[in-house]
Amino acid sequence: MSGKDEAELSRLLRAAIAGDERAYADFLHRIAALVRGFVRRKIVQGGVDPEDVVQETLLAIHVKRHTWRQDAPVLPWIYAIARFKLIDAFRRRGRRIEIDVDDIAETFAEPETETVSERDINRALDGLPPAQRSVVSAVSVEGRSIGETAAKFGISETAVRVSLHRGLAAIAKRFGQGRFGRE
Amino acid sequence: MRTEDLIKALDADASSKAMPLRSAWWLAACAAIVIAAVVFLLTIGPRPDFMVAAHTMRFLSKFVFTIVLAVSAFALIRALSTPGASTRWAMAGMLAAPVLVAVAVVLELFMVPEALWGTRMVGSNMMICMGFIPLIGIGPLAIFLWMLRYGAPTRPVLAGAVAGLLAGGLAATFYAAHCFDDSPLFVATWYTIAIAALALLGALGGRLFVRW
Repeated sequence: MSGKDEAELSRLLRAAIAGDERAYADFLHRIAALVRGFVRRKIVQGGVDPEDVVQETLLAIHVKRHTWRQDAPVLPWIYAIARFKLIDAFRRRGRRIEIDVDDIAETFAEPETETVSERDINRALDGLPPAQRSVVSAVSVEGRSIGETAAKFGISETAVRVSLHRGLAAIAKRFGQGRFGRE
Repeated sequence: MRTEDLIKALDADASSKAMPLRSAWWLAACAAIVIAAVVFLLTIGPRPDFMVAAHTMRFLSKFVFTIVLAVSAFALIRALSTPGASTRWAMAGMLAAPVLVAVAVVLELFMVPEALWGTRMVGSNMMICMGFIPLIGIGPLAIFLWMLRYGAPTRPVLAGAVAGLLAGGLAATFYAAHCFDDSPLFVATWYTIAIAALALLGALGGRLFVRW
């Protein structure tokens, strides 16, 4: 990746950690595309859905963003997390490891947009306590703002933020422990 | 849920704050030192002739070994808990304590007549050494494993083992103030076994608990 990417991404993440939501959205969109490209190049054969790994990586980056040292390069940090999540996904699906065949042209030719299918994240979402699940769904799938979500459920904005944060942390934790279904 | 939707949720949670990992490690180190000190003082405490012993090379050398081990393990564990951080120099730093011990052992073998080697190595209280280093180190180890969960180690088993070495170095630093066996032959044998036990426990903890 280029030095320009590096400088721009670390600037965005620094701004995001300081509380700039627009910078964070921009950052997340860019790294989603980067990680999607990386994961698709590494997954040559079936068994692991690249988009599941992209989502797990984004969640991990989100809940672990305090581990990034603001004076260190951000790309090695991002790729180390993506690689960890990818290896984890392979390990879970029974070691069908088919990585590192960088010379397969068709994987590069594919447009790097997401495919739609049943996602691991939906199953993890279903396993959340009802209050957290409805808040996370409202903000993500329904695309509501914090304020709109608060009005919808008749709770305070603070309560929405707390449920959202706990819900996302719980999903990330489930992924880390390799638990995907309802329990 | 589409990735686009997930990004909306993550973005809405942008304002949530967590202490930077680097600060958290320093805090954890302080907490671990306090816990080890309390356990040490409530159980065995320093030896009565501490002030006199503090003038002898052999007694002081024990602290050099254990403090060097703790400092190098602390540097390595911070790197191991940060994704993408280079660990090469910190890994090399882990050789410092074993090399110092090895040099001290060779010097000791030159200075002490062969007939005394066995006595020096066996010492007077190896069972206390092997019991109390893990006992003093277990609280710090729990803190360090918890810190690894807070961080993001991409090699959890290795990071757990280093957590054990760090806890061991810290515990051995306190224990050394109690121990009457100052010979490097004793330290190289029994301290090593006790610290290795903590490292093994740490590796197991890393395998079982450090998931993210």
